[in-house]
Amino acid sequence: MRVVVQEEPFDLAAETARFAEGEGGSGAIVTFTGVVRNLDDAPLEAMEIEHYPGMTEKALREIAVQAVARFDLQDVLVIHRYGRLIPGAQIMMVATAARHRRSAFDAADFLMDYLKSRAPFWKREITAKGESWVAAKDEDEAALERW
Amino acid sequence: MDVLYFAWVRERIGLPREKVESDASTVAELVAELRGREERYEVAFSDLSALRVAVDQELTDFDASLQGAREVAFFPPMTGG
Repeated sequence: MRVVVQEEPFDLAAETARFAEGEGGSGAIVTFTGVVRNLDDAPLEAMEIEHYPGMTEKALREIAVQAVARFDLQDVLVIHRYGRLIPGAQIMMVATAARHRRSAFDAADFLMDYLKSRAPFWKREITAKGESWVAAKDEDEAALERW
Repeated sequence: MDVLYFAWVRERIGLPREKVESDASTVAELVAELRGREERYEVAFSDLSALRVAVDQELTDFDASLQGAREVAFFPPMTGG
């Protein structure tokens, strides 16, 4: 299990390859990557991500440990960035390794639902019109009830 | 104890962290003390349903005890992922 919180970009291909190599035939690997999305109304200049150093790492580890236990994962990787990101930049990734694909997919889905609402990150959108904090969506909180 | 603020809570209060001497026994009591200090606190804490709290880096609720707490953080609902 590896949990990383960093400002600098990560190399998705290299991280995925490294994760797969460490896996020695678990059967199924799923990766998900979150990317900064452009806005519909005004072009996004940047997204700034604030976090709570210390709690962030702890919360991500707790979520990863839960995913391992719940979906019987062979391994899990979570990388999440903070700081100033431009549209198209990778924000975060998760990778899950399991004996079977359903567990790997479900675990990745579970990780994403929990990362959205239970990991202490806050996003701020910066456009030519101004800056605003991204509000949490009710549907993101509701998504946790699936699990 | 250390009191930390993040995102718009930090902006409204105007600082990221401060030392607070308090006898508050719960988070709610601490909030009441802070609200009584100055208007910027009153504004930041005016709608508790829009806030989340962590005590010693664990998410909790406003009824939580502050017994032995070293660090309390206030912030809006999280937007990770």
